[in-house]
Amino acid sequence: MIPASFDYVRVGSADEAIGLLSEHGEDAKLLAGGHSLLPLMKLRLAQPSLLVDIGPLREFSYVTDEEDYLAVGALTRHHDIAVSPLTLSSVPLLAHVAGQIGDPQVRHRGTIGGSICHGDPASDLPAVLLALGATFVARGPNGQREIDAKDFFVSFFEVALKPDELLVEIRVPRPSDARWGFEKLTKRAQDWAIVGAVAVRSASGVGVGLINMGPVPLRSGAVEAAVLSGANAAEAAQFAAEGTEPSADFNGSVAYRQHVARVLVRRALEKAGV
Amino acid sequence: MSILGNRVLRREDPKFLTVGGTYVDDLALPGSVHVTFVRSSMAHARIVSVDSTNVQAMPGVIAVYTNDDLGLAKFPTVMGMTNEAMAPSMLASGTVRYVGEPIAAIVAESREIAEDALEQVVVEYDPLNVVIDPVRARTDEDLLFPDAGTNTSFSLDFGGDETLFDDCDVVVELELVNQRVAPCPLEVRSAAAHMSEDGRLEFNSSTQAPHGVRDALATFLGLEPDQVHVVTPDVGGGFGAKAAVYPEDIVVGWCALKLGRSVRWTETRSESMLGLGHGRAQVQHVRIGGTREGVVQAYRIEVLQDSGAYAGFGTVLPFMTRVMTSGPYKIPKAECASVSVVTNSTPTTAYRGAGRPEATAAIERIMDVFAREIEMDPAELRRRNLIGKDDFPYTTPVETLYDVGDYHRALDLALEVAGYDELRAEQARRRAAGDVRQLGIGLSCYVEITNGLPDGEFGAVEVRPDGKVIVRTGTSPHGQGHVTAWSMLVAEQLGVAIEDIEVVHGDTDIVPRGAGTMGSRSLQIGGAAVNQAAVDVVEKAKDLAAGLLEADREDIVLNKAKGNFHVVGTPAVSRSWAELAAAAAKDGNPLFAEVDLASPGPTFPFGTHISVVEVDTETGKVNLLRHIAVDDAGRIISPLLAEGQVHGGIAQGVAQALLEEVVYDLEGNPLTSTLADYSFISAAELPSYETRFTETPTPVNALGAKGIGESGTIGSTPAVHNAVCDAVAHLGVRHIDMPTTPIRVWNAINDAATGDGSAKGGR
Ligand SMILES: Cc1cc2nc3c(=O)[nH]c(=O)nc-3n(C[C@H](O)[C@H](O)[C@H](O)COP(=O)(O)OP(=O)(O)OC[C@H]3O[C@@H](n4cnc5c(N)ncnc54)[C@H](O)[C@@H]3O)c2cc1C
Repeated sequence: MIPASFDYVRVGSADEAIGLLSEHGEDAKLLAGGHSLLPLMKLRLAQPSLLVDIGPLREFSYVTDEEDYLAVGALTRHHDIAVSPLTLSSVPLLAHVAGQIGDPQVRHRGTIGGSICHGDPASDLPAVLLALGATFVARGPNGQREIDAKDFFVSFFEVALKPDELLVEIRVPRPSDARWGFEKLTKRAQDWAIVGAVAVRSASGVGVGLINMGPVPLRSGAVEAAVLSGANAAEAAQFAAEGTEPSADFNGSVAYRQHVARVLVRRALEKAGV
Repeated sequence: MSILGNRVLRREDPKFLTVGGTYVDDLALPGSVHVTFVRSSMAHARIVSVDSTNVQAMPGVIAVYTNDDLGLAKFPTVMGMTNEAMAPSMLASGTVRYVGEPIAAIVAESREIAEDALEQVVVEYDPLNVVIDPVRARTDEDLLFPDAGTNTSFSLDFGGDETLFDDCDVVVELELVNQRVAPCPLEVRSAAAHMSEDGRLEFNSSTQAPHGVRDALATFLGLEPDQVHVVTPDVGGGFGAKAAVYPEDIVVGWCALKLGRSVRWTETRSESMLGLGHGRAQVQHVRIGGTREGVVQAYRIEVLQDSGAYAGFGTVLPFMTRVMTSGPYKIPKAECASVSVVTNSTPTTAYRGAGRPEATAAIERIMDVFAREIEMDPAELRRRNLIGKDDFPYTTPVETLYDVGDYHRALDLALEVAGYDELRAEQARRRAAGDVRQLGIGLSCYVEITNGLPDGEFGAVEVRPDGKVIVRTGTSPHGQGHVTAWSMLVAEQLGVAIEDIEVVHGDTDIVPRGAGTMGSRSLQIGGAAVNQAAVDVVEKAKDLAAGLLEADREDIVLNKAKGNFHVVGTPAVSRSWAELAAAAAKDGNPLFAEVDLASPGPTFPFGTHISVVEVDTETGKVNLLRHIAVDDAGRIISPLLAEGQVHGGIAQGVAQALLEEVVYDLEGNPLTSTLADYSFISAAELPSYETRFTETPTPVNALGAKGIGESGTIGSTPAVHNAVCDAVAHLGVRHIDMPTTPIRVWNAINDAATGDGSAKGGR
C-alpha cells in the first residue's frame, strides 16, 4: 500500500509531457486523475520511476460542440462530463454513464482520458465510446493523429498509443435522433461492472458495446447485424455472447456472464427503442 | 425532568466533524522508527530459510528480527480450553499456516524504507498440503499441527438424544454456511511504543481493551503491569476483532525495549484484511421437527467452526452459539454440538455478535423452511412458538436463563410497521404476473445474550472544587458514544450540566482497572458502575452538606435542577457541588467515589426484523427495499446512541446477507484482500431503515438496560437472507447460502428451473 519510490514532475504544457515521455520511455507514466494508476502503484503492481503529472493542463478539460461531433478534452473529469449541459443535451448517454462511474470521489478525480488509456475491459466509458463510434486524438512528438475507437483497444490493458503519445481529445458523433440504453450489473454501486451493455440506435445505424466480456471492451457486431436485419431486442440479444471471452471469478462464471450479457443487451436495446 | 431517554447530541461529534480524531498513526512521535512485517505468501509451508542479507545493508534499515531473535513465549490459545499444540509462536517459526502470517519484523528509519526492505527479504518455502475447507480439515487427512495429531481444536457435545425427533410429524433439515467475513474497521491495527524516562513502557494501542493490552505486554515482556502504561487515543472501530491482543502488538513493545527507541507500526489495509481476525466461519447442519399445526417440538444444530490457522478466540465461538441454540422459541427439546477445526486461513475471532448471529441465522432460516414445508405463513409459525411474556425468567433446553421479554409484542409491532399483509398481497400479485422483479419478505425473531462474560467493571466519579466532574470508566469506547451516555448518567444523578462532566477512558494510569468494550456489555456494566459511583458521591456529598449546614444527614436533599444541597424545606440556604468539593479538598479528601461493580450476569435483548427485497430473476441481483427493525434493549438511556448502534449493526448484518465473504482459492490464496474485491457495504446499497424500540426493562441491573451493540447485526442478517430466499421460493428454490450475490441467486434459480431443486446456488 506504499508505492516504490519515483520521481515526479508537474508539467506546464503538453509538449513538456511529450518531451519527458520521449526521454524516459517506458519508465515514465502519465498521471491524470490517478484513480487507476495510483492503486496499482500502491500495490506495487506498477513501479514507474517517473510520474509525469498532466493534471495542471486544464486546457484539456472541456466539452465543446463542433460541427460533426462533441469534443471532450482528455483531462475532463467524469463529474464534469456528467453535469455538462452540452453533454446532457447532445450525448446524454455519455453524461449518464460518466455519472455512474465508481463513487463521487472517483468521479471528481478520474478523467475520461485516463479511463480510455488505462484499457481496462471492465471500465464503462470505453465500451460506450465504441458503441458511439468515437474517435480519439493523440498527440506525439510529430504532431497529432486520429485513432478510431475500434482500433484503439489492442489487448488486455494495452491500447494503441505510442509510449511518447498523449491522448488529448475524444470526438463523439451525435446523431440528433439517437436513442440509447445502458445497463450495468454490479454488486455495489461503486463496483466495476460484472457485465455491462450499451446500445445506441439512430437513423445512421446501431452500436452495441459490452463491458467486461473479454480482454478488451467489445463492440458486438453480431447483435448489431441482427438489429439491422430487423430482429427485435430479444431476438438480437441472443447473439450478445457471440465472440466474447469473459473471465471467470467469484462474481461470475463464463456461462453466467454470457447469460447476463444477453439479458442486459436485450434491456439496453429495448431502451434504445429496438 | 430526567435527561435520560432524551435525544442528547453526541458530545464526541464536534471534534470528529471538524478537526477529526487523533488515532495512533496521527500521534506525533518525533524520532520514531517504523516496524513492518514480512508476511507469508504461502498458505501452508515449511520455512526453509529467511534471507535478509540484502536488507541489513540497506540504508535506513535498523534491524530484522525473526522469532528466534525474540525469545518470547508462544501466544496462548484461548482460555486454556483448546489444544495447546495449536498455539502460534510470536512470529512464524518453522511452519507458516496462512497467507499473511508474520514471519519477520523489519525496523527502519521510515515507513517507506521498511516497505522497500520487505521486498528484499527472501523467504524460501517448502510447500505443504493446504487445507482450506473445514469439512476437509475435519477428516485429518492433512494436519496443520502434526504434534497435535488432529485438526480438531475444540468440541462441545451435550445431549445426543437419539429420540429427539421421534414425536415429530414433520422434520426438515438444512445444511448452511455462515460465511467467513472480515470486520474491516476503518482504522486498521496500529501501535506505538517507547520507554519513558522513568523506564516504563509507554504503549499506544488501537484496541477495545487497553488493560488487556497492558497485561499481555507485561506477561510476555517480563514486566510488572505497573511498568506498562497503555493509552488508547481515538479508535476507529473494532467490532470485536480489536478485543484481542495480536502478536504484532507484542513485537512492537519488544522492539521498543530492545532498541530503546520510539517504535511504531500501522498495518496497511491489505495486511489488515489478512491479519486482523475474521468472523463467523461456521458450517451448520440443522434439523427441526414439529407438528403440521406449527408447533415446534425439537431442534438440533451441529456446528463446524473454522478456527483459522491457530486456536484463537474463533475456536470457542460455538460456545456462544450453543448458549443461544433455541432462540426466542419455546422448544421442548433442543441440542447443540460443535467441532472446531484449524484450517490454513486467517485465525477467526469475535466479530459483532460473535457466535450468537450464527445461532440466530441457523434457527431463523430453518423456521422459514419448516413454515414452507407445512404451508404456514412464517410470521404465524413464529407467533405460535415464541416464548410468552409470562414465561420469564425462562430456562431453555440448553440451560440458558433468559431474564425478561415480550417477544410477541416485538413481532406484532414489526408486522404492523411493515404492513405485512399488503406486502404479501403485492408479492402474490407479482408472482401471479410472473414479474421479472419478484418481491421477498423475510422475518427474523431473535434473542441474544449481552454481557455474557463474567467480568465486572470499574467506574469512578470525582467532583472538583471548580465544580467540574471527572468520570473514569474501565470501558473503552471506539465509536459507541460513552462520553455522551456516561455524562447523561452522571448528570442525572448529580444534577450538573453535562458540559461540566469530563469522561476519561483508555489510559491505564488514570483508570486503574477495566475489562473494556465488547459483547454489548458497556452500558449495563460499565455505565452501571459509573451510575453507582455517582450515587455514592451524592451520598458522600450529603454527609459533607450536613456538616456545613449543621443539619441532620437525613434532612439533606439534593436539588437536581440547581445542582445544590439544602435542608429539606429551606432551599434558600444551600451548598453547591463546588463548595462541597472545596470543603472536602480542604479536609484532604477529594469528593470522590469509585466502584468495582461485579457482573450481575447477562441480559437478553430481543426483537423482530423484517426485510423487503426485490430480486431480479434474470440476473440474480438483490435490491434491499425496506428494513424494519424492532429492538428491545430494555430501558433506553440514550435513544440517539441506541439508534446509531442499530443502524450500524443493520448495515453490517445486511452486508453479510447480501455481499460480504472472505474468499480463498484452493491453494489458500486470499481473493478478497482489498476493499475493491471484498464487498464492504456502502450507503448506496441501503435504504433508510424503519427502527422502533420496545422497552422491557431488565431486572438484572439498576439501569434496566440491556446491550444494543450487536442486536442490529444479529437481527438483520436472517431477515434479509430469508427475504431473498422467499423472493424465489415459488420458483422452487429451497435455500441459497450467504452472501446472496447475483451469481448465487441466479444459479439457484437456474438449478431449480432445470430440476435440480436441491442445489443451493453455490458459485
Ligand atoms: C474505487 C474506484 C471505483 C471505480 N469504479 C469505476 C467504474 O465503476 N467504472 C469505470 O469505468 N471506472 C471506475 N474506476 C476507474 C476510474 O474511472 C478511473 O478514474 C479511470 O479509469 C482512470 O482515470 P484517471 O484519470 O484516474 O487515470 P490515471 O489513473 O491517472 O491513469 C490511468 C492510465 O492512463 C494513462 N493516462 C492517463 N491520462 C492519459 C492521457 N491523457 N494520455 C495518455 N495516457 C494517459 C496513465 O498513464 C495510466 O497508465 C474506479 C476507480 C476507483 C478507484
